[in-house]
Amino acid sequence: MKNISIELTVNAQAISSTVEPRTSLVDYLRDELRLTGTHVGCEHGICGACTVLLNGDPVRSCCMFAVQAHEQIVTTVEGLAPERGKLSKIQDAFCEKHGLQCGFCTPGMLITCQALINKNPHPSEDEIRHAISGNLCRCTGYQQIVDAVVHATQEI
Amino acid sequence: MSNLPTTPSKFTYIGKHRRAVEHRRFVVGKGNYAGDVLKPGTLHIAIVASPYASAKILAIDTSAALALPGVVSVVTGAEINAAVLPVLPGVDAPEVRRFPLADEVTRYSGEWVCVVVAKSRAIAEDAAELIQITYEELPFVLDPEIAISDTSHHVHEKAGTNLIFNRQFVWGPVDDDFAKSDHQLSYRVKWARSSTVPIETFALTCDWSDATGILDIWASVQMPKYPEQIASALKLSTNAVRVHYDVDVGGSYGVKRGLKHAILLGYLAKKFGKPIRFIEDRLENMRGGDMQGPDRLFEVSLGFQKDGEITCMKMRALEDIGAYAGRSPLQLGKPIGAISGPYRIKSVAYLAQAVLTNKTPQEAVRGFGQAPTNYALESGIDKVARFLGMDSIAIRKRNLINKDEFPYLIPSGTHYDSGDYATVLDKALREANLEELISQRDAMRADGKLAGIGVSTCLEPSGGNSSFEPLFNPKNETTTWMESCVVKIDLGGQVTALMATSTSGQAHETMVSTVVGEILLQEPDSIRVLHADSLNALPSNSPVGSRMAIMLGGAAAGAAKKLRAKLITIAASQLQVLDQDLIFTGSQVHVANHPEKNISWSELVAIAHRKFHLLPKDMEPGLQEKFVWEVPTGGQLPDDQGRVQMYPCHSFESHVVLVSIDPDTGKASIHRYVCGHDCGVMISPDVVHGMTYGGIAHGIGAALMEKFSYSPEGQFLSGTFMDYLLPSSSEVPAITIVDHCTPSPLTEFGQKGSGEAGYLGSPAAIANAINDALATINASIDYLPMTPNAIWNAIQEKH
Repeated sequence: MKNISIELTVNAQAISSTVEPRTSLVDYLRDELRLTGTHVGCEHGICGACTVLLNGDPVRSCCMFAVQAHEQIVTTVEGLAPERGKLSKIQDAFCEKHGLQCGFCTPGMLITCQALINKNPHPSEDEIRHAISGNLCRCTGYQQIVDAVVHATQEI
Repeated sequence: MSNLPTTPSKFTYIGKHRRAVEHRRFVVGKGNYAGDVLKPGTLHIAIVASPYASAKILAIDTSAALALPGVVSVVTGAEINAAVLPVLPGVDAPEVRRFPLADEVTRYSGEWVCVVVAKSRAIAEDAAELIQITYEELPFVLDPEIAISDTSHHVHEKAGTNLIFNRQFVWGPVDDDFAKSDHQLSYRVKWARSSTVPIETFALTCDWSDATGILDIWASVQMPKYPEQIASALKLSTNAVRVHYDVDVGGSYGVKRGLKHAILLGYLAKKFGKPIRFIEDRLENMRGGDMQGPDRLFEVSLGFQKDGEITCMKMRALEDIGAYAGRSPLQLGKPIGAISGPYRIKSVAYLAQAVLTNKTPQEAVRGFGQAPTNYALESGIDKVARFLGMDSIAIRKRNLINKDEFPYLIPSGTHYDSGDYATVLDKALREANLEELISQRDAMRADGKLAGIGVSTCLEPSGGNSSFEPLFNPKNETTTWMESCVVKIDLGGQVTALMATSTSGQAHETMVSTVVGEILLQEPDSIRVLHADSLNALPSNSPVGSRMAIMLGGAAAGAAKKLRAKLITIAASQLQVLDQDLIFTGSQVHVANHPEKNISWSELVAIAHRKFHLLPKDMEPGLQEKFVWEVPTGGQLPDDQGRVQMYPCHSFESHVVLVSIDPDTGKASIHRYVCGHDCGVMISPDVVHGMTYGGIAHGIGAALMEKFSYSPEGQFLSGTFMDYLLPSSSEVPAITIVDHCTPSPLTEFGQKGSGEAGYLGSPAAIANAINDALATINASIDYLPMTPNAIWNAIQEKH
C-alpha cells in the first residue's frame, strides 16, 4: 500500500512524516522519530508500557496506527519534563519514592499517572490503584508507585 | 509502606534513604535498553516456529519468502547447526544437544525452525508467513510422570531416557528418625509452570567486524559466563566476543539468558557482515524464548512428635524441565542449601529428578528453585499443625532454629550464618495485629464468606555461589563464583568505579557508589559507576542468586579499601609517621589527636598522579585498584554424601496474610499483607524494600494467576497476557514490610542478599491462607495457581 503523509504534534513540536499505513504509532515514535523512551511490552494492549497521551488522554500506542495520529497531539515520556534538565513533579516523585526499578514500564506508568493528576489533582490511594491497573509492572509490586503519586499530589 | 531505621547508625552513607542513580535516566525516557540500539544498516529477523509438540522437518520451501522485496535470506537449522557447536546441559547428559534452530526434529510447540533475515522487521514477518514447512508429526510426552516410565517416548532419542538427572540424597539417619517419630504424614503438592515474565522481552543486536575480528553484542542479558558460551558455540576465541554491559535490562529476575538468541544472531552477523537485530514479540518470548520456570511435583513425608517437633523429612521433587536443558536441572540443586528451611529438622532424604517433556524449556527463575521448595515445605508445616490440632504459628515457633544456635549446620551440609527467626516472625505478627486479623477473618466467615489467615517463614540463601554445579555434575569442578570491581581516583580527585556485569533493575550503580562512598568517605552522588564491556571487565558471575550486595558490594569495598590504604601510606610518608597513627576523614588524612598535622585529599591525589618524587619508594603511581572477591565459604567440592556449603549468607522472611474467597466465583482477595524481613545490613533500604514488594507481587501471581498451559496435543495455550495473567495493582494489595537486622559475620558491612525476597515465601503464605479458608468446609487445594476456577471446583466438590 502507498505511504501516507501525516502531520502531527509530538512533545510540542510540529512534525511531518510519510509512513506506511500499517506502522503502529509506537513503532513510528521509536523507529522514525527515535523517541525510544516509549517502550513495547506486549503489542496487544495489555501491559501499558507503550502508553502515550493523545490529545491529553492516555492511549496504547501499540494498538493504533501512526496515520491515526494525523493532526493530533501526542505526548511521550520525553515530553513530560517542563524544561531540559528539569523533572516534572511526577518524575521527581518517582525518583524520590523509588517508584521504579528496571525502568521499562516506567514511561507508560508516568504517562498514566500524569493523565490521572491532570484530571484529579489529589487522588486517593484507591483512585491511584484504579488508574494504574492497566499498566503492568513486574518489579515494584506497585507499592512505591502509589507512594510516589501520593507524594506528588499531596505536597503543598 | 515501610519505615527506615531511626536508630543511630555506624555508617555514613549505608542504610540511608537515597535516590537511585539509574532512575534519573529512566524517568526522562533516556535509558539505554537493547531495543533502543539501532546501528546503521541493521538487518532484522523473524522466527518461524513449529506448531507441533514434536515433528520431523521433511522440507522447507523458502521460495515465496525469498521472492519478497527486502528479504535478504532464510536460514535453516541444517545450515546453522552445521556451523556451530551445540549448547550442553548443566548436568552430564551429552546427548541432550541444543541448537539455536531445530535440528531435523522439533521437540516443542514454538521451537524455532528457521529465520528470515530482511531489511525491516515488518518485511521479515511478512516473509515468515510465506514459508512452507512440511512436517511429519512424531510421538510426544507432556506428563512428567509418564515421561519417566519405561514405555515413554524419549524426547531426545539418543539420550535413551527422559530422566536427565536422578539422584537420591540421604543426609542423616532418616529411616531411624521416621521409626522413632510419633507420627508421619505424607502429601503431594504441585508448583505450576510459571516464570518471571519481564515486561521487556529478550532483545539484542549483534555486529561482527572483519577489521577487528570482534563480535559486538548489545543484549538484555543477565547471565553468568555469557560471552564465553557464545564464543564456544560460534567457535570464536573468547576474546573475540564483546558483550556491552552498559545496556539497561528491562527486568529479568533470572530469565534473561538469551544464549540461543546470541548464537543465532552472532552467526548471522558474521555471515552477512551487518548488524542484526532481534526484539522478541510477546508470542516469540512466551513460547520459544525458553524462559519458562520450574514446574515441580513434590511428594513429601514429614516425621514428627506429639508436641509438634518435626524431626525428619523425605522429599521427592520431580521437575518438568521441558524439551531441552540449560541450567534448569540445577534448580533442583540450589534448594539443597536450605532444604530443611528455618527448622531444626535433623535428617533429610531428597530425591531430585529432572525429566524432559515436549514443552518449552525452562530458564533460571528468581530463587533458582527455592520458591517451589519453600511452598512444598511450608504447606506441610500447616498440614502437620492441622493434624495435631495445633496452631500453625505455634508449630513454627516450636521448630525454628534459635538465634543462639548459629552458625547452624543443616543436614545437607550448609551452615546458616546468622539469624533471629522467631523475632522476625513476631514482628510481622505484631505489625499485622494477629488478634485483629483473627476477628476480621471470623467476621467475614460470619458474613458467609470463606476467609483464612496464612503464615509462612523461609530462608533466602544469598551470595550466589555455584556449588550445585559440581554437586549435580561431577565433571564440573567449579568452586569459585567470584565478583570484581575496579575503583580509581582520577587526577581531579573524582572517583569512578567499574563493575563487570549488566543491571536489570537492582540499582547496582547506586549500591556500588554508596559502598565506595562509605569506604572513601566521599559523597556517593559524586561517584561515577560504569558497566565495563566483557573485554574490559574483570571476572563476574552476574547478578544471580541474591548475590550483588554481598559480592559486588564486597568487591567494591575491597578495591576502595586498597585505595584508602594507599592514600594513608602516602600521607604517612609526607607526615613522617606510621600508617596506624593516621586518621582518614575523606577530605584529609591527619595524625590521631593532631588534626592540625594533616594533608588534604587533593594534595594526596596530586602526589599520586603528578609528584612521583614525593611518592614512597617503589609505589605505583596513580590511584587505581581492583578487587576480585571469592564467595565467602566457597572453594569446596561436595563430599561423597552430596553435602556441600551452598550459599554463604541466609536472609530470612516471614509472611502473614489475610484472604477471603468469594464463594460464588472462587476469587480470592488479599485484605492484609505483612512481611517481616531480615537481610542483615541494608546498603540501599529503598531498593531492598522495592524488590521485596515486587517479589511478593510476583509470588501473588505464582500463587493465584500465572501458568503456562498446554493442550493435550501439546499446543501452547498461554502466549499472551490475556491467557497468562500477571498481577495488576487491582490484585496486589498494600503491603507492609517490617525490617529486622541480624548482620552476617561473613561480609564487609554485615549485609546479606536480597532480590529474591518476598517471592520465596509469599506463594506458601497465600496458599496456606486459602487452605485455612477452605478448611472450614473440609476442602483443600494442593497445587498452584489457585485460580478462581480451581477454588470454585474445590468448593463445588464439597457441596
